[in-house]
Amino acid sequence: MCLPPLVGSVQKGHCLGIESTADDFGAGVVTLGGEVLANVNDTYVPEKGGIHPREAARHHADVAEKVILESLKRAKIGFNELTAIAFSQGPGLGPCLRTGATAARALASYLSIPLVGVNHCVAHIEIGKHATGARDPVTLYVSGGNTIVSAYEAGRYRVFGETLDIAVGNCLDVFVREAGLKAERGKAPGKVVEEFAAKGERFTSLPYTVKGMDLSFSGLLTAAVSLLREKKVGLEDVCFSFQETAFSMLTEVTERALAHTEKGEVLLTGGVAANRRLQAMLRTMAEDHGAQFSVVPREYSADNGAMIAWAGILSHRHGVTVPIEKSFVKLKWRLDTVEVPWVEERKC
Amino acid sequence: MLIKKGAEASLYLEDWYGRKAVLKKRAPKRYRIPELDREIQSRRTKHEPQVIHRAQEAGVPTPIVLFVDVKEATIVMEYVEGEQVKQVLNGLPQDERRRLCTHIGEHVGKLHSSGIVHGDLTTSNMILTPMGRVVFVDFGLSEQTWEAEARGVDLHLMKRAIASTHFMHADECFDAVMAGYRKSAGKKAMDEVLGKVSEIERRGRYISER
Repeated sequence: MCLPPLVGSVQKGHCLGIESTADDFGAGVVTLGGEVLANVNDTYVPEKGGIHPREAARHHADVAEKVILESLKRAKIGFNELTAIAFSQGPGLGPCLRTGATAARALASYLSIPLVGVNHCVAHIEIGKHATGARDPVTLYVSGGNTIVSAYEAGRYRVFGETLDIAVGNCLDVFVREAGLKAERGKAPGKVVEEFAAKGERFTSLPYTVKGMDLSFSGLLTAAVSLLREKKVGLEDVCFSFQETAFSMLTEVTERALAHTEKGEVLLTGGVAANRRLQAMLRTMAEDHGAQFSVVPREYSADNGAMIAWAGILSHRHGVTVPIEKSFVKLKWRLDTVEVPWVEERKC
Repeated sequence: MLIKKGAEASLYLEDWYGRKAVLKKRAPKRYRIPELDREIQSRRTKHEPQVIHRAQEAGVPTPIVLFVDVKEATIVMEYVEGEQVKQVLNGLPQDERRRLCTHIGEHVGKLHSSGIVHGDLTTSNMILTPMGRVVFVDFGLSEQTWEAEARGVDLHLMKRAIASTHFMHADECFDAVMAGYRKSAGKKAMDEVLGKVSEIERRGRYISER
């Protein structure tokens, strides 16, 4: 059965999406027809080291009001024009998730409008599809916390491959810190590696760990850091070898999933999707299989509120909302446990 | 004649001195830099026939290797008549499906008991012959190891492959696989590997039962 597409004229209203799974606090406003009116973000930057969940949560609480008000201002709408509130219900860091959830519950309850709990991974896939027009892709979702190859089969996004240990973004972040490099404010650590790697040319062999469609990055990280400490190979060449190895692994598992599922499209989404070398590898691979390649636009690659709003709208259309008293955050909410009833309708 | 263009390699149907054979050619991957690509291709081409031979010694049906050319990343193997288990499994009646899975599990148990980890235990890599034998193919990602961790990952991958491709019967199929595993590898080995599988699952990101 194929329903007619729902566009703005059919249903009037707006959804506010609140994202707070990790270091970003974001608020996005999207019309029910899918037009993004605002997408505001504020990132917690630790003094040193990685994300401290409680400190990140404190940051989120501090900026929540400002970010949400700014998103409404940019969307040029008032609170009374919101028809639903969506929030990232998981997976993510507990204290951070709870901060966003608290704001979302308060607004939904005050405005007496439905609350929608969104799976963060589903949101990354949906915004990628929405922004690129991809219909039924094999998706590589890569970020600081996730590395997942998935594709839609029978009601859910099935996970075909994932990391067995750390996420690729995490691997890049830790490498950058261990190398004593510091990313400027607002710049992703992966970007730093990308820039150095572009100047490297001599390849040194590093652990390449692909197990079926799963991956492991911890051995690669350890070896790359030791290689750097030995100081026999220059930083540029280490970055080059590190990046080539990590991204070749990612492309290989995506290729395997593509061959296995026999789909015709490849979608790259998540924070690490902004890396040009990774984009180039996947594009080449997709071409060789006659598949269409798309990458999420930059403004939606990192965590953001608009993607939560959009996934919230899709859920809400299918009547999937969550009563406030049941809106607990789910720290370990797996992608492949979420029913996505809207996908079938959009495929045809 | 090209019979399958897989992710890793292309398979061609060839006449090998009067015998029906499959030529497996690992095509260079344009997305990888040549240094890395050559390293991976030759490592896998050398390794695969060695493990196939070991699997045969362990009593697990595999195609017979006829010829290897590392430089060209090519392996010529016996052609196995039959269908991929992936294609037939969902359509089988329950008892037959269970029997097939048990049979597969027995072979996986034999591999593991001989220090072989397949590395890509999906149902596309198992061929069901018209005589009802299951032939294991594609040892390209296999390892020879006695580490319990590797055996755990092997079965974890299989469990997940079943869950994504045969989701209607996933639990039933995996239970049957493990029953077969127990038959050939013994209860101790089965308990150990299942312990590892759940350890790996818990280690994974975002697992509810921790």
